[in-house]
Amino acid sequence: MERTIRVLVAKPGLDGHDRGAKVIARALRDAGMEVVYTGLRQTPEQIVQAAVQEDVDVIAMSILSGAHNHLFPRVTELLAEKKVDDVLVIGGGVIPEGDYEFLKSKGIAAIFGPGTPTATTVEFIRTHLKR
Amino acid sequence: MGDRGAPDPEGVVDLIRAGDARTIARAITRAESGDPGVEAALRLLHRHTGKAHVVGVTGPPGSGKSTLVDKLVKTYRERGLSVGVVAVDPSSPFTGGAVLGDRIRMQGRALDEGVFIRSLATRGSLGGLSKACAETVRILDAAGYERVIIETVGVGQSEVDIVKLADSVLLVSVPGLGDDIQAIKAGVMEIGDVFVVNKADRDGADRVVREIRAMLETAWVNTGAGGRLIASGGAHHAASPSNTAAGVADEDPHAFLAKLPPVLKTVAETGEGVGALVEAVEAHRAKLVESGLLEERRKANAAAELKAALAARVLARLEAGPAGAELLRLAGELATRERDLYDALETLEGILSASGSPLAGRSGTNPGQAGD
Repeated sequence: MERTIRVLVAKPGLDGHDRGAKVIARALRDAGMEVVYTGLRQTPEQIVQAAVQEDVDVIAMSILSGAHNHLFPRVTELLAEKKVDDVLVIGGGVIPEGDYEFLKSKGIAAIFGPGTPTATTVEFIRTHLKR
Repeated sequence: MGDRGAPDPEGVVDLIRAGDARTIARAITRAESGDPGVEAALRLLHRHTGKAHVVGVTGPPGSGKSTLVDKLVKTYRERGLSVGVVAVDPSSPFTGGAVLGDRIRMQGRALDEGVFIRSLATRGSLGGLSKACAETVRILDAAGYERVIIETVGVGQSEVDIVKLADSVLLVSVPGLGDDIQAIKAGVMEIGDVFVVNKADRDGADRVVREIRAMLETAWVNTGAGGRLIASGGAHHAASPSNTAAGVADEDPHAFLAKLPPVLKTVAETGEGVGALVEAVEAHRAKLVESGLLEERRKANAAAELKAALAARVLARLEAGPAGAELLRLAGELATRERDLYDALETLEGILSASGSPLAGRSGTNPGQAGD
């Protein structure tokens, strides 16, 4: 049975720049996925709550404020607390490459920086789903 | 979690009834994708449903439905009632993808354990809802949410499926959409139990209220208000003499107006008018219960759901059997004009009756059994 891939696109933290998140939302939609877009200024708690209720396969977060090293790992921690182990977590936005390794060690499967072709993200999601 | 692979139906039902968010969410996903594995749990769940009052919120795109739902939820929570929300947005007819954006307006409720919000894509349904809507409502109902609010896609003029699912329908209008001829067209404007003019701080709101009232009064005079409206008015007799123009003239105008569905102004952004709106919905609910119309309405809705499900099953069985190939062959002949539609239909009906019933292989005691 073919299951529709569901993705939560979220903007954690306090920056108000959601162009990138909207471009990704649109690209995933055009790739046949259902994208739950939650809007700006989400706390990690809100993101995880929404991900559980919406039963998404993927959480895709975009951040431009520089708080990624704090907020992204908080999301994976909360998922672990709730024993959610089958959701793929990815990130994007303005994130120094030097932080990529740290974020990966915290369970962020991939970071897609500015200029990443949307097809790359789509392909990554399709090939890395956890369920 | 224990609901992956082959879930134990009793366990799933217990977790849903205990309000376990992940089990609720996963059951909705499974119902949505037509996973036969969830059917056993849905059967067991059915007897635990029917308690929630189901409120449909419908109206054109951009009329403020999501913001209004957010404020309705807030008001219900202040009154101590738990709320499930089913928010429907359209799927792309080309890629099947969707952007579900209703949650953006509902962030204020994000961490409240008494609120469960689920976004659904229409996945090909055209009536303003999604196929899994009914099951989603039942799952939330069984989970103990006392009010379940369904937000339809932004509707145009004829997406009225919400009446088949909701106990009370809120029809949201806004100023500036068109002239008064819009209010007398058939379709969406007929289905409201409670009418809301949102963005009422804008110019023209009072005019929209007057136009809707005029539409409702005329409907009453002409038809005794018609099926949906009778329920709101509390009158059981359509087109009885007292509803004729002369009858109305004899009647106390206040009593007459009290029978009509309420038309309320709101500014969802600020929450203005939402308290009165909740009062109106609750009053409608009380009227439905008291008059026995709730049962009547739910029976009619169940019949509609059953018929639609049966039609889908008959077609699925037909397509899976030898008649499936015949159907395609006949379709080809239709296209080349060798046959006409009625001829093709007769041939297919012949196949159906020759094989007895298309459901002949099915046990009579288990009409809801999953397909092969």
